[in-house]
Amino acid sequence: MNDEAACVLFDSGHRACGGCAAAMAARLILDAAGKDTIVVSSTGCMEVFSTPYPETAWGVPWIHSLFENNSAVASGVVASLKKQGRKEKVIALGGDGATFDIGMLCLSGAFERGHDFTYICYDNEAYMNTGIQRSGATPYDASTTTSPAGSCSFGNSRPKKDLPMILAAHGAPYVATASIAYPPDFKKKVEKAVNTPGPCYIQVHAPCCTGWGFEGEKTVAIGKLAIETGLWVNYEMENGVVTKVKKVVRKPVDDYLVGQKRFRHLFKPKRNDAEIAKIQALADRNAVKFGIDITLKK
Amino acid sequence: MLEITEGSLAVAEAVGKCRPQVIAAYPITPQTHIVEALAEMVANCEIDAEYITVESEFSALSACLGASAAGSRVYSATTSQGLALMFEVCFNCAGMRLPVVMSIVNRAMGAPLSIWNDQQDSVSLRDSGWLQLYAEDNQEATDLHYLAYKVSEDHRILLPSFVCFDGFILSHTYEPVDTISQEQADSYLPPFKPFQRLDAADPISFGLFAAPDYYTEFRYEIDQAAKRALSVIPKAGKEFAELFGRDYSGLVEGYRLEDADCALVAMGSICGTVKDAIDEMRDAGKKVGLLKIRTFRPFPSDEVKKALSGVGRVAVLDKNISLGSKGAMALEVRDALYGSQIPVYDYIIALGGRDVRKKDIARVVSLAEEGKGDLFYGLREEVLQ
Repeated sequence: MNDEAACVLFDSGHRACGGCAAAMAARLILDAAGKDTIVVSSTGCMEVFSTPYPETAWGVPWIHSLFENNSAVASGVVASLKKQGRKEKVIALGGDGATFDIGMLCLSGAFERGHDFTYICYDNEAYMNTGIQRSGATPYDASTTTSPAGSCSFGNSRPKKDLPMILAAHGAPYVATASIAYPPDFKKKVEKAVNTPGPCYIQVHAPCCTGWGFEGEKTVAIGKLAIETGLWVNYEMENGVVTKVKKVVRKPVDDYLVGQKRFRHLFKPKRNDAEIAKIQALADRNAVKFGIDITLKK
Repeated sequence: MLEITEGSLAVAEAVGKCRPQVIAAYPITPQTHIVEALAEMVANCEIDAEYITVESEFSALSACLGASAAGSRVYSATTSQGLALMFEVCFNCAGMRLPVVMSIVNRAMGAPLSIWNDQQDSVSLRDSGWLQLYAEDNQEATDLHYLAYKVSEDHRILLPSFVCFDGFILSHTYEPVDTISQEQADSYLPPFKPFQRLDAADPISFGLFAAPDYYTEFRYEIDQAAKRALSVIPKAGKEFAELFGRDYSGLVEGYRLEDADCALVAMGSICGTVKDAIDEMRDAGKKVGLLKIRTFRPFPSDEVKKALSGVGRVAVLDKNISLGSKGAMALEVRDALYGSQIPVYDYIIALGGRDVRKKDIARVVSLAEEGKGDLFYGLREEVLQ
């Protein structure tokens, strides 16, 4: 689909920040899924910047009810379409707060029941709409407004919840991670998910310039660095088995961390070797778990 | 056809005949028999509905919301804690103008935990935008479901409805109920015609956010729709009466009210006991009557005022308490009678399943005659010490 056609499905003129990865994700999702799609959004940045009454950016049927119930609303939409013999695809969209935390019950229920829909989490790793509070998706040591770095804190004290694996354990036929920094890959995954019967899950890494503290034009570059350092891994799982992994020549995690204000405390007044070593260990663990390392020939 | 059947089962049968296309259900006492019966109907292909076994009441109503927005007639049932868990979604269904119909098998709210009956659960949702109909007996409980769908789906209304009936007292009691045939049900309730729906052929956005320059107008529209129900409910009731002979055209119903010195006001199953008590008191020469409230939301203030205009005093039986204030119905009745000299006494009664007998009704009337009201009726002695 060309740009103009995609524009009809998720139009310009919305209120997202310049460089917002969630807005890019919305474009890419509809570009891949097409016009015969019903979108069920949770409360959050994407809902707020795209639908200030009486305007809407959505060129497909779209519904928002609450913060935590998009999976349950989607269950109802799917059942309703099934009863009426209709064939539209259903995509539930939520940020990481809606998905990892407050909507987890509805999400788990909907996946266990096996409704035919695709859940896409745009993961910007904190509650951005309310002003950058930590969520279950916030990475280790990220400073947020509720996990601030301070004289006796290095920021968020826990690593990210491994939600893709949790949903794979529900028996989801297709689970994938993606990044807005790799649009063709993300679109391919969306296409695959909406064409796979049953509940499918995609978690797309969506760097947030406002919340993470970087210039809006660097969104894609930051997204790429997350992949290149091994702190974010793009992979696909089919019926619980990892079938495809994005391999990289890994860079040190410093390259990713140093450009973001949320990790600034790890470099000032001087590099915090001990904490950065812990983050490097997370990347190393990812590398082993998913086999992402490309070994260069000497 | 007259059948002796349990209240829940009679309601489930009526719901089935309303042809819901999507049912979302979660078990909770004393509601569970309804959704069990509907599950059985689906399992035996007696009704053609998608049945979603959700993981919570919150998801039950959320699924109904989505299914309704996508253009299907939907149903759920709940009570008490389950309804409280739906609180957010309740406001959403009304705000999004989705004609969901839900049975509320009335039960007390914890803490302390109680599975027994009062009406605190649905009464507490009185500000949510749902229409609220209360049944006196199982016949009325079944019939009001047809009426609720008819009114909720009316394009002048487009608001969700609670059909409320008392837990255990009605839901688990066997009574004769006249069941209507599928053909009769269809003749009263046509297939659901959504005003708008999620549809790729005609994409619209549901559930946008409204800034301060628009929000008030949305609330006004909902309030106007609820008030329009004051005239749509009687018409739907009249149509029902013409087909089936049972008349629900009144938003309220008077019983031996003419010339009454003391008028009791009540809603739900307690009205049966009150009527028997009134008969006895009338035999003893006491001029007592009942005003039964069937429609609590919208509240029929004009009808209440008219019905009570000639009485000497009013005794309201509230099976709920707005803690720190009064019973919710007493507040409404006082508001309706504002400017008149008629005293309105409030009695908080029958909470958490406490039994009410005819002698209790007679005692309430005596208290009202003594000018003693605004009290919890029948408190254990020790709390007063």
